Parts: sequence; C-alpha cells; structure tokens
Amino acid sequence: MADLSDANARLYESLLDGDHAALARVITEIENRTPGYRELLAALHAETGNASVVGVTGSPGTGKSTLVDALTKQYREADETVGVIAVDPSSPYTGGSVLGDRIRMGSTAGDMDVFVRSMSARGRLGGLSMATADAVKALDAFGKDRIIVETVGAGQNEVDIVETAETVVVVVQPGSGDDVQLLKAGILEIGDLFVVNKADKDEAAGTVADLETMIHMSSEPAAGLSTGHHAPDTAESEPETVDSEGWTPPVIETVATTGAGVDDLRNALDDHRQYLAASGAGEGRRRQRAETEIRRLLRADLGGLAERVLDCHGGMETVASRVARRETDPYTVVGELVDPLESAVGESLATESKTSE
Amino acid sequence: MSTDHAQRATRCLVAKVGLDGHDRGAHVIARAFRDAGFEVIYSGLHRAPEEIVQAAVQEDVDVLGISILSGAHNTLIPKVIDGLRSYDAFEDTLIIVGGIIPEEDKSQLEEAGVDAIFGPGTSTEETVEFVREHAATDG
Repeated sequence: MADLSDANARLYESLLDGDHAALARVITEIENRTPGYRELLAALHAETGNASVVGVTGSPGTGKSTLVDALTKQYREADETVGVIAVDPSSPYTGGSVLGDRIRMGSTAGDMDVFVRSMSARGRLGGLSMATADAVKALDAFGKDRIIVETVGAGQNEVDIVETAETVVVVVQPGSGDDVQLLKAGILEIGDLFVVNKADKDEAAGTVADLETMIHMSSEPAAGLSTGHHAPDTAESEPETVDSEGWTPPVIETVATTGAGVDDLRNALDDHRQYLAASGAGEGRRRQRAETEIRRLLRADLGGLAERVLDCHGGMETVASRVARRETDPYTVVGELVDPLESAVGESLATESKTSE
Repeated sequence: MSTDHAQRATRCLVAKVGLDGHDRGAHVIARAFRDAGFEVIYSGLHRAPEEIVQAAVQEDVDVLGISILSGAHNTLIPKVIDGLRSYDAFEDTLIIVGGIIPEEDKSQLEEAGVDAIFGPGTSTEETVEFVREHAATDG
C-alpha cells in the first residue's frame, strides 16, 4: 500500500468504515487535486471493482436526472445502496456553476444510503473525466452497490466520462430530430442502451423507430450502411480484441416523472451486466479502461515535466512571444525543450538495461 | 511523482428549507455566487432540515446559505445545525442566512451557530465579499 499522510490514513480508514463525511472529503480531495490524493487513490484502488457502474448521458432537458432519481428509488426498494455523480458544465468565463441535478433527485432525499455528489467541469480540459473516474473509485471502495454517473452529452469530454462506466445509457427525448441528427450526434456508438424518455409524448413512437433502424444498421454490416464501430474506439487505444458483437442495444421507453418503464430499464441494465460477464466483453472493457487511465496519467505527468522544462526557458509567454516575433519557430523551440528529456530518458534506459544484464 | 496542480473552488449549497415557496432571493444569490466563480448547488424548494444536512455533508460544501422567509427560522435552522454537528460537518462550514429574520431573533440564531444574517436590501456584492473573506476553502 502506498504511503499515506496521517490525515489521509484516517480518511482512508473512516471511508472504509462507512463514514459519509469521510467519503465526501475524499471526493473533495480528488476534485481539488489536493497533494496526497494520488496516494489515497492508490490505496483505495484495491478495494474497488465490486460496484456496478452505469453512465447516463443525453442532451440537456431530456430528463436524465429525473430518470436517475426513479432508477435510484428502485434500487433502494431492492435494498441496494446507490452513489450518484452528477456532472454539470461550468461557466467558461468565471469558472462558476450552478449544479441543479440535486433538485430532481428528491424521491430518496434524507436517505444517506443514496450518496449524491454534484461536480462541475471547473474549466479543466480533460481533467474532468479523470476526476469523475476517481470519484467513482471512492464510491466503489466505500461499498456502494450501484453507481450512476450522469452527464450532459455534448462532446468528447462527456464521451470520456461515460467511458468510465461499464454500461452506457443514452437518453433522448421524442422529437429530437430525424435519423440524420442521431447520426451526427455520434451517440449511437457510445450507447449500450437507449432510452426514449417522456414517452407519453406524441412523437415518441417515431423516435423509437428511428433509433431502432439506426441501431439495426450498425449492428448488421450487411445492411449496407455501416455507421462505424459500435464499440467506443479512441485513437489512443488498440483495436478491441473483444468486441461487443452479440449485444444489440435495446430501445426502452420511459416516463421518468411517473416511473413508467423504469423497471424495464433496470432489467435491461441487469441484462447488459450479465452479457458483459458471460461474453467476456466486460473483462475487455475493464482492461481498456485501465489502459485509458494509465495513458491519461502518463500524459498528465509528462505534460507536467514539459511545463517544468518550459519554465526553465522563461515560461510559455516568453517563448511564445519569440515565436510570434519570428525570432524562432515552434519546431526548434519544442526540439530544444524535449532534447534534455530525451537524453535523460536514454541514459536512464541504458543504466536500466546494464543493471538487468 | 505527481505534477497535478491543486484546483480549489468554493463550494456553496443554497438551500430553501420548510414550507416557503419564495425562491427569487435564492435564485439571485445562486446566480451571484456562480458569477463570483463559486460552485453552487441549489437544493430546490420545500426541503426538510435532514435533506439540507444530507446535501451539505455529501457535497462537502464550504458555505451553506439558507434562505428562509416563512418565519420558522427559530425551529428549522437549529435543526440543520444540529444535523451538521452530528456529521462533524459544522466546524468547517460557513453558515449564512438570508430572508426575513426579525432583529430580536438574530442573536439567538447567531448563538446557535449562524455566521451571518443578510436581510432584505443586502447587495449581492456584500454577501459574496463575506464568503470570500470567511469561507475556509479547505482541500
């Protein structure tokens, strides 16, 4: 186990003991990137892997929070504990945010076995998905049976977030455009399950039909029009050895405000979980998540090293002004920055191979 | 080695407690806090004291702002504060109250643990400034 500071060791013990305030504090440390948080997560990592993690995404106003609330209520009725992470955007200007998902999660309010945490994007690029994945770990280690990550689906950042989940639910509302819109949004590739919420509206049947047609096309290459890989395949990852072939995403109709269709959703989630376990696809996904995580950390730390080198050269502003004045060019600058790192890496690798001989 | 930069933000819970449907003030302050760069969690209307406590603990907020215009502050606010104490979350939370609080009730609330009371006519700048000065944005 990693070395923990005294304070963090106490937090770690309290979290595993089921202290909600300690869990809240650990998530704050994760969010703030408080020094020592990595050691804490390293220690918690061994305790994770037991929870079922579901990602819920969709455009604003589709009823994600209400749906999550309804689902949470069902899990609680089955006596399962639930953790929810609700991610909302933050202002690009002030960094401030109003996190309102909690308002919709009222049906289990007062029940401490439902732990709802709101997170804002806080203007960090790429870092949000890391913070979310880390917060999921804290909830998992705490012993929550079900973890739901909810986010507005509108871009790569959100796709990264939902990829921390083992099952991704895409929520759409009736009349959200024709099949071309669904193609454009790129949501077909990430969904393991689709929910048409507000299914009591007139346009619901059409939206369900559109979705089913699109899903059919992508799961049957013979249909002529391939919408590409079904499984999320980011540039940084190797081609998946285990594909999610064999799973056709169901389309479920719900009315979250009345609870209609929510048990169908719950059953479909369980089906998907069983499918992941039985087909071995779950193992592949877990390995891929670990891969993504290692790559992200590696990139963040190497980026940090580069920043330090940059600081030695007078900082970004100085270097950028020189490039802007045409005194030098970006390629030479980066070459100069990376050279010392490269030679250091070369030296350390050389010593390593000598010692291992 | 870790090269992360610590990123702190002031987290606030803006809460409406009890049977009081007046939320204009809560909305105004939520927006002012957001514009000040804080992370604001809004509770929604008609919350029970236990719900406010649950939200404040789970969200690990630095500031709890309670808006109350119903006149039930002497009953509800001490309940919230007792709840926070039971989770060991009272000491590091700045508690501010906004709304209609009669002058003679103020000292009682302050003794119970309220850090400041902002009545009608308070500028949002004043409240934001108070939070900036007093909130312990711990890490």
